[in-house]
Amino acid sequence: MLGVREYTRVTEIKGPLLIVEGVSRVAYDEIVEVELPTGEKRRGRVLEVNRNIAVVQVFEGTTGITTTGTKVRFLGKPLEIPVSEDMLGRVFNGLGEPIDGGPPVEAEERRDVNGAPLNPAERDYPEDFIQTGVSAIDGMNTLVRGQKLPIFSGSGLPHNVLAAQIARQATVRGEAEEFAVVFAAIGIKYDDYLFFRKFFEETGALNKVAMFVNLADEPAMIRLITPRAALTLAEYLAYERDMHVLVILTDMTNYAEALREISAAREEVPGRQGYPGYLYSDLASIYERAGRVKGKKGSITQMPILTMPNDDITHPIPDLTGYITEGQIVLSRDLHNRGIYPPINVLMSLSRLMKEGIGPGKTREDHAAVSNQLYAAYSRGVELRSLAAVVGEESLSKVDRLYLKFADEFERRFLSQGTRENRSIEETLDLAWEVLSILPEEELTNIKEELIRKYHPKYRMQAQAGAQQA
Amino acid sequence: MSVRGRIVRISGPLVVAEGMKGVQMYEMVRVGEEGLIGEVTRIRGDEAYIQVYESTSGLKPGEPVEGTGAPLSVELGPGLLGTIYDGVQRPLPRIAEVIAEKAPHRRMFIERGVNVPALDRERKWTFHPGDPDTGRKPAPGDTVNPGDVLGWVQETSIITHKVMVPPGVHGRLKWLAAEGDYTVEDVIAEVEVDGETRGIRMMHRWPVRVPRPYKVKLDPSEPLITGMRIIDTFFPMAKGGTGAIPGGFGTGKTVTLHSLAQWSAARVVIYIGCGERGNEMTEVLVRFPQYTDPWTGKPLMDRTILIANTSNMPVAAREASIYVGVTLAEYYRDMGYDVLLVADSTSRWAEALREIAGRLEEMPAEEGYPSYLASRLAEFYERAGRVEALGSPERLGSVTIVGAVSPPGGDFTEPVTSHTKRFIRVFWALDTKLAYSRHYPAINWIISYSAYVDLVEDWWHKNVDPRWRSYRDEAMEILMREDELMEIVRLVGTESLEERDKLILDAARLIKDGFLKQNAFDPIDAFSPPEKQFKLLQMIIDYYRKARELVEKGATVAQIREAVGRLYVDMAKAKFDIPNDRLDLIDELRAKVLKALESLEARLG
Repeated sequence: MLGVREYTRVTEIKGPLLIVEGVSRVAYDEIVEVELPTGEKRRGRVLEVNRNIAVVQVFEGTTGITTTGTKVRFLGKPLEIPVSEDMLGRVFNGLGEPIDGGPPVEAEERRDVNGAPLNPAERDYPEDFIQTGVSAIDGMNTLVRGQKLPIFSGSGLPHNVLAAQIARQATVRGEAEEFAVVFAAIGIKYDDYLFFRKFFEETGALNKVAMFVNLADEPAMIRLITPRAALTLAEYLAYERDMHVLVILTDMTNYAEALREISAAREEVPGRQGYPGYLYSDLASIYERAGRVKGKKGSITQMPILTMPNDDITHPIPDLTGYITEGQIVLSRDLHNRGIYPPINVLMSLSRLMKEGIGPGKTREDHAAVSNQLYAAYSRGVELRSLAAVVGEESLSKVDRLYLKFADEFERRFLSQGTRENRSIEETLDLAWEVLSILPEEELTNIKEELIRKYHPKYRMQAQAGAQQA
Repeated sequence: MSVRGRIVRISGPLVVAEGMKGVQMYEMVRVGEEGLIGEVTRIRGDEAYIQVYESTSGLKPGEPVEGTGAPLSVELGPGLLGTIYDGVQRPLPRIAEVIAEKAPHRRMFIERGVNVPALDRERKWTFHPGDPDTGRKPAPGDTVNPGDVLGWVQETSIITHKVMVPPGVHGRLKWLAAEGDYTVEDVIAEVEVDGETRGIRMMHRWPVRVPRPYKVKLDPSEPLITGMRIIDTFFPMAKGGTGAIPGGFGTGKTVTLHSLAQWSAARVVIYIGCGERGNEMTEVLVRFPQYTDPWTGKPLMDRTILIANTSNMPVAAREASIYVGVTLAEYYRDMGYDVLLVADSTSRWAEALREIAGRLEEMPAEEGYPSYLASRLAEFYERAGRVEALGSPERLGSVTIVGAVSPPGGDFTEPVTSHTKRFIRVFWALDTKLAYSRHYPAINWIISYSAYVDLVEDWWHKNVDPRWRSYRDEAMEILMREDELMEIVRLVGTESLEERDKLILDAARLIKDGFLKQNAFDPIDAFSPPEKQFKLLQMIIDYYRKARELVEKGATVAQIREAVGRLYVDMAKAKFDIPNDRLDLIDELRAKVLKALESLEARLG
């Protein structure tokens, strides 16, 4: 690309956009430095070039910019950040510049924050079981290394606590190695940021964490860069430094809103609810930067957090996210209000990569069948619960009443656990069998006979009794 | 003479170039210093509007744009099967190799401007003159027409690739190569066309937006067996038919499509990942080579072509990928094969149309989609069908198209779903509620439909059992009746229902658990052969019929369940407990169930 060129003909300013005329050889997506008459410098990038007119988006906003005396420098390169292993343990702003008072990053390499799409033929399929110690996840929505699994939450729900618990407890069994964490705060409140910061400090994990922070009161346009900067570092650590990286992006709803703002300023034809028609592709360019690649030891596991506006899962942001990510963990206000932690609505949650990560040699041979049975039984129990609310429990058959009891016990014993309780997968599965044994054996139609004989508490007890007699 | 112009404007995937007088609509062009692939989608004065199939980041006004003189085309010839291509038919493994030569650590990323041919130019194929089936061999002096088989190549262990006279070539055969090894670019025949000699190679090009010609289109008549019970028995697909599978996220579209690609009785399968997840394509790439084709016992990849334009790859190429896929499908159809084309997902393709239309500042219709969305969908699905192919010997081939639809918020009234419904004949509607309870495949039996039930009935009656239709219809009736009854149950509970209605609920539950639910990852259950499907259904319906007789004689459902005891569970689990080669065990189980009911009958007097 070309070197630095400077222009001063700013003809229009609207929202976060500057229109600069009289430019030549300006590249699409090029990075720009805007110098105000006061000497203040801001950054931006080229969104469109039409002959000698460039449309520039200013990250820090256009407040205070005038059409006279403003210098716009085109830097002749896309937005790059330095990447290095030394970035772990440091705190950066949303554009990847250190804000922790430490020295500048000694770059091992500079990389374009937009990244490049992974070649599907060079990907390796994720299949290493991650034990999070949370029964609702390990037992029924298993996470694997290299997966992108978002948490769909609502305002006021304990998504931060859950994400922190997962980050603390996540291990791949049989491996001592811990995850490196890349954390992107996208327009979140200061106390949310503080929660994570304290949490990383307490667990002594701070030197394994790189934080990219854009808070709610900072310029919204930077939010479009923050997750990309974080993922650029994650890609470097995973594919060049053989690390297993867990990326937490919170809150993606703020990201999508920033995107809507810029789209509205450009007067684009809106899609659903005013979000641009390319919201899906744009989100995909973030979420797809996860996974494993052939011949590389490292991996990127992504856990985006988003708050569903009005708890509505059909809202464009959770809806399009669900179409891209490999499942979702959905938090429920109802469970939360009933004092159940983690308030995971397992019926609406899903892990698409679960089947590859479980089974003999990985977790246990009964895992898939037990999980299917829990789903079938719990959904029937929940359905009957709403029926019982109308017609009364006594109008239900005896078996149906057992399903009600099952649903209660499932929530109370299986789902519910402490914020520091770390259950092994065996504990989770045994607990599942215990609650399933409330139901008559003939109701367990999703489990093969041989597995029932081996794991059902009734037969286990018989086997134990038999062994004692012998 | 190719046109040469200059870029004046760049906005996302849209580039406008001036000085483009003489360029054709939909002509493929090379954009910028790096020669990115693009296609002309609008011409105004000497300006051409170009959709670019690669990232436009860093492009500048003033960079050159060069016409190629031809529309966007695919390469057709041996070597397609077993390959994974991007949306404009570049082989992805080759892209990785080319990038690795320059920058080994960037190997896993797709960078732009990589120019690789679709078919391997070096590889030699053993060409055999003559038709592989009839042995008939055209001789010099014979008149040859498009579609005539000149020879064949064993492309994979499953597919014999017929080398045909390309469309548009009529003339006198001057020379036909002897058996031997040739590359796709070597001349294997010479045809005199209007006094000029034309060399015919094993490879030719075809523009993707033009359907390939055939003799006549026929009505579909045979089912495309998929091994999925709810599909084959209740909502069958026909060879040459069209279907859509809409569903919100998490309802199992992709798993169902993977099952179709894996198990269905098609000879060639083309799987288009259009704007979907990268890992899903990787899954196919990793898993398919480990599996065997259930119909031939050969490696599954030997009948499969993958086209991957994942959600993070350039959006314009997503638009092209559908046409690339269907053109490859037509090519194998012309050889006389039954081809299944799976497109996941047509909604992402429609969104690509919307994005390009938005950049062109076209007047939007519903939800921002361009007004030509419906006609584009119609054109695409119309390329399916069972046809008599051009040329001799005579042969029949088919293209079956199944498209996934991803409606926003699971709402089936949105434009892509509602327009698609007008052009397809099988509708497999996926249901969020079924998916939440892990009832897979989550195909809702109340709102799904297939217009092919009557057409495939004969096949079932001839090949499986003449009572197929009556059992199927009775099962359907039970399910419909259950749906009505559930309305009442929601108000009064189950205990106050009449006994025969309770029996409907009981039988419906057995149909759902023992027949409709199918585990795509269970070694036995994943594929259910037609005979097994029939026997399972027969067992359940015979149980219901007998139980119903008893209820009419005064028995209660509780008594019936008690008499049947554990056999009820055995019926529900027969689908995965009884191996597919021991179907006699289903008959045995059915006999036991009926006997238990008969002894209850005897006790009741």
